[in-house]
Amino acid sequence: METSELIEKFIVIVVLFTVSLGVAAYATYFERKVAAWFQDRIGPDRAGPFGILQPLADGGKLFFKEDFIPEKAEKWLFILGPGIAMFVALMTGCVIPWSTAMEFGQSVVELQVADVNIGILFIMGFLSIGVYGIMIGGWASNNKFALFGAIRASSQMISYELAMGICVITIVMMTGSLSLKDIVVHQHGFWADGYFTWNVFKQPLAFLVFFVCALAETNRAPFDLPECESELIGGYHTEYGSMKMGFYLFAEYTSMFISSAVIAVLFFGGFNFPGMDNFEGNTLALLGVGAMFAKTFFFIFVFMWIRWTIPRFRFDQLMHLGWKKLIPISLINMLVTGLVIAYLEGWFN
Amino acid sequence: MQSLTDRKKVVGNKEMTFKEKLYLPAIFGGMWITFKHLFRKHNTLRYPEVKREFAPVYRGQHVLKRDEQGRENCTACGLCAVACPAEAITMVAGERKKGEEGLYREEKYAEMYEINMLRCIFCGLCEEACPKEAIFLTDRLVPSTFERDEFIYGKELLVEDVNLRIDITKRQLTGKRTEK
Repeated sequence: METSELIEKFIVIVVLFTVSLGVAAYATYFERKVAAWFQDRIGPDRAGPFGILQPLADGGKLFFKEDFIPEKAEKWLFILGPGIAMFVALMTGCVIPWSTAMEFGQSVVELQVADVNIGILFIMGFLSIGVYGIMIGGWASNNKFALFGAIRASSQMISYELAMGICVITIVMMTGSLSLKDIVVHQHGFWADGYFTWNVFKQPLAFLVFFVCALAETNRAPFDLPECESELIGGYHTEYGSMKMGFYLFAEYTSMFISSAVIAVLFFGGFNFPGMDNFEGNTLALLGVGAMFAKTFFFIFVFMWIRWTIPRFRFDQLMHLGWKKLIPISLINMLVTGLVIAYLEGWFN
Repeated sequence: MQSLTDRKKVVGNKEMTFKEKLYLPAIFGGMWITFKHLFRKHNTLRYPEVKREFAPVYRGQHVLKRDEQGRENCTACGLCAVACPAEAITMVAGERKKGEEGLYREEKYAEMYEINMLRCIFCGLCEEACPKEAIFLTDRLVPSTFERDEFIYGKELLVEDVNLRIDITKRQLTGKRTEK
């Protein structure tokens, strides 16, 4: 690999890293603002104009809190837990294509850290590792409520990963590629051959199931049983404080950002937007970034909207929904998709 | 038996219909409700900058009034202390000496007058009992402190300053007392 290419990738990585952290930080702010608006309140407005410095104040506060480790906790695992959570949440962002390539003179910069040809498998794999962060944190705390939270988190994430994976398979079957870039390019534009090109219009059921699973995977309401303040006093991060706690919260918001981005990529055409053929080069790339982020932010908003609307599921309802409803629905959906593809390919002639 | 009102509702563990089992109609209904709240007027007052207006008859911290010539009205008759249901008021009477006519309106005055603001329930019965129009409740708030004994307000906090008269007419005009 050449030096220039290394520098180029390094810059893309740094930009993506800062953007993910920035979006996660401001997601906490908007979470509180959105909650306030839904409840006819104003929300944070003290730190800076409209309270926009609130995330900085929160972060600063978390840094200056005492970094406390309980006496009976497993020290290294206790430290490792939030680290893994944060690492996994940030890693998944690197295979997401943010836009088409940009040109700076001679060099062509792909706005994607790594175009892995099994991108979606990479994301699914890292999502499965994500449960380790929670599990290790909950176990290492040596607190029964934290352990309960961790157990709930792992069982929930494992159950919902299945349905999620099957939904992804339907998309992969339609595209014929595991690469996220190919999936996005496949949904080029908005309208072609008398129908929408975006996958959501072709696979509405898969989108619905995938979205519900994404809520469960990120431990967001109505599936926030691992945290569950009212029964588990905070769940897996009961014993955490200071920036370790901050890492868990940050990881939650980062993974919310990444899941929204993945939903946008898989079902809403990623950086495609109506009328994109009228642009080219850097303009197209910048507009693509805009479209991608608009979709991502919209889904972050929907995540919050759902959180402040729906009460938490009971645990048996959660399992019931996951195993007895979502998995059969997605299986049937996959089967029908397969049959339709086979028909279109001319297998039954 | 026939019910008197039609508000009776039979509850039971009935089977959910297919529509209810889908969850989605109810979820979208709920989301529509919360979405409508996005555009509602918020009820919050930005407190230190904006203060909520009190009702005209609001009963806050007490004041011991002086008359037009700056003399204290209170004669330490003790009727307020008797009327007080919370037993928050206590006082010691004193006799006016020669040369103090500018300070106290009558021959007897309160040497010491204390209201325990932690006991006080701000019912306003002291004000009603007072025959000399000396004690009134105002629209000021009793500020919070960290020490209990700081809530026992003596004359230095209760008697109004001659130069800084406290307006209590708002309550008088809208309130119930018409004649005295």
